[in-house]
Amino acid sequence: MRIALAATCLADTLFPGAPRATVRLLERLGHEVVFPADQACCGQMHVNTGYFREAVPVIRNHVETFAPVADGEWDAVVMPSGSCTGSVRHQQAMVCRRAGLDDLAATAEAVSAKTYELSELLVDVLGLTDVGAWFPHRVTYHPTCHSLRMLHVGDKPLRLLRAVEAIDLVELPAADSCCGFGGTFALKNADTSAAMLEDKTANVRGTGAEVLTAGDMSCLMHIGGGLSRQGTGVRALHLAEVLASTREEPTPLPETTFTRPERERPARTEAAR
Amino acid sequence: MSQTFLGLPTRRRTTDAADEPFGPVPHPQEPLRWGDDFPAAAKQTLKNDQLRRNLGHATQVIRTKRAAVVGEVPDWEALRDAGSAVKQQVMAHLPDLLQQLEENVVARGGVVHWARDAAEANRIVADIAKAKGADEVVKIKSMATQEIGLNEALADEGIAAIETDLAELIVQLADDMPSHILVPAIHRNRSEIRDIFLARMGDAPPDLSDVPRELAMAARAHLRRKFLSAKVAVSGANFAVADTGTLAVVESEGNGRMCLTLPETLVTVMGIEKLVPTFDDLEVFLQLLPRSSTGERMNPYTSMWSGVTPGDGPQEFHLVLLDNGRTDVLADEVGRSALHCIRCSACLNVCPVYERVGGHAYGSVYPGPIGAILTPQLTASTGGVSGHHDPNASLPYASSLCGACYEVCPVKIDIPSILVDLRAREVDADRSSRGVDPWRTAMKAAAWVMADGDRFALAGRAATLGSGLGGRDHAISVAPPPASAWTKARDLPAPPRQTFRQWWQAEHETTPEHEEGAR
Repeated sequence: MRIALAATCLADTLFPGAPRATVRLLERLGHEVVFPADQACCGQMHVNTGYFREAVPVIRNHVETFAPVADGEWDAVVMPSGSCTGSVRHQQAMVCRRAGLDDLAATAEAVSAKTYELSELLVDVLGLTDVGAWFPHRVTYHPTCHSLRMLHVGDKPLRLLRAVEAIDLVELPAADSCCGFGGTFALKNADTSAAMLEDKTANVRGTGAEVLTAGDMSCLMHIGGGLSRQGTGVRALHLAEVLASTREEPTPLPETTFTRPERERPARTEAAR
Repeated sequence: MSQTFLGLPTRRRTTDAADEPFGPVPHPQEPLRWGDDFPAAAKQTLKNDQLRRNLGHATQVIRTKRAAVVGEVPDWEALRDAGSAVKQQVMAHLPDLLQQLEENVVARGGVVHWARDAAEANRIVADIAKAKGADEVVKIKSMATQEIGLNEALADEGIAAIETDLAELIVQLADDMPSHILVPAIHRNRSEIRDIFLARMGDAPPDLSDVPRELAMAARAHLRRKFLSAKVAVSGANFAVADTGTLAVVESEGNGRMCLTLPETLVTVMGIEKLVPTFDDLEVFLQLLPRSSTGERMNPYTSMWSGVTPGDGPQEFHLVLLDNGRTDVLADEVGRSALHCIRCSACLNVCPVYERVGGHAYGSVYPGPIGAILTPQLTASTGGVSGHHDPNASLPYASSLCGACYEVCPVKIDIPSILVDLRAREVDADRSSRGVDPWRTAMKAAAWVMADGDRFALAGRAATLGSGLGGRDHAISVAPPPASAWTKARDLPAPPRQTFRQWWQAEHETTPEHEEGAR
């Protein structure tokens, strides 16, 4: 398949390991990955904070960048984020319509019909649960609210994780409870958010896991931020980073929650500069 | 322990919290708008460890019970769809259905009153009580009468309103405000309740323990006297059936049945949205409501009455139909489904925000997720201040949009979508205001960057310059505002040395077949 990657603004800028692992995984499974460079952001932050008007140009850029998928140029768009996929599927067209942009809304719907969160792409579109991964670590999985209740991915991510060779997958107590991120909620209601985070990190620590994984870097940034502050040493890795790991090319564990392993970084090239 | 019988139930309109041994909140002028905005109020309630423990335990218990009894209904999703459809039908035909209800209530010997707002509704109830020469009325727990501040209004007229629901009685004795739609004293544990009874319930046995059965027995003895002497009862209504004029109240304690049958006069105050078109429709809601609210298959008492039955029960029945902002909510295409609410409070019990901050932080008798969409809509039309100057404007932000509320709502109110819509309205209302709004400035700047791949790439490259900020563990622990709100409790990852798109260009761009995509 020819799959266009929507890296998400957050992962592109702060957590490149997640989209890199998505590329590595899909290429290993024999698919061609395309990265349309015009992409930036899906508009979720603006929409959820109430800035619909400001969201319109952001959404327009996303929709126009990925419009070729509706014409069959690519077979699918993959977004390694439950909440961004949720925004594409449930918010973009609504915001366009509210702005009187019916044509853009229709294109947004056509794009969203072929946009998948990572576990959806793997299980529903590619028909896989065993992606041939090897990850010899104790892992616990946080399902993330939007994957669970907006996309209804159900146990797809867990089925993928259970099929990983050598993994020690431990159940996270009160897994379906929100970590308290909620985008700008974490800033506008910082105290309430921190109280929710406290309970989430306590549950993560209780599992004794070395790695916390999820399908959304934003939630991982939040829980990871708490785990890092508390000095727990629990690493926050995206589901793609776990699934991309193989015996031949294992995903190395970062030294601390947020450290990215040095050796994964190729030398800077002219193009990258 | 105080031996003074303080005399039920003079809840003062405004009291100095410091004078009150129990009531943590001063009583508001407006039951739908009191106290600080949500973040400030939550900051205070979060400090109350006892409250958090009580709430964490209680919501967990109800959540588990609800999940179990909902899980055993094979057609639960179909029931939710049916409940949602009936309510949509009601909203689409509300004026006609209300007239039909009025005709049928009158035909069966009842009297129907129409109240535009709280003041009108309170006036009607007070006049009825006075006409009956009553200085005391017994009450069934009711959100509509909480919403209009009926007890306080009656007290101003020298009429004592006695709450007969156990939890509502606890709240009233403590001179407190309810913190939950269904379990108004959920923020209290049993030893606090014993202390409240000993201090405030004049006839509580002095050796009262905190065993729930003993507490209930004490309240029973206290209330029985009231049931037998009261001439007037005031109730709310869970449902009103338009085609028969039947009113329905569901409850667990039997106090409602007492109030609905013993006094000579019954006054029911009901929000105009509480209608169902036909008697058959009750079949859907009487399955949805108890399982969603108390986690029971069926509630212990379901009382229904149609007008007046000679020689049986109250011989005078008044129905007060309350608008109080509902017509304006109905006019709103997105927000109107908040009127579908049947007050089960399942959304409160699953809400991670409510569980931690409690009901008082919402500054309204409607707390939790449903309160966050209902309260600002009701008050927007009843003298609401536009924009962020209204503390209720902070309510739509009192959610992480986790969606747990929508998942359990028995009538499928899409609370997260309405929250987002209300946020947009609040933002738009503020656009005309002068002065610098840091959020607006930041959002506009972010939109400019995020609406273009080149600008975004540039911003990402600039961010990598900060890759050394976090030190060895790559974590930033101290940051200037507004990021300081984040770093107070969490680290922030330092930017990487290379963004994803920089890596992509380095790895993939040289291959010709990717050129178009990587343009």
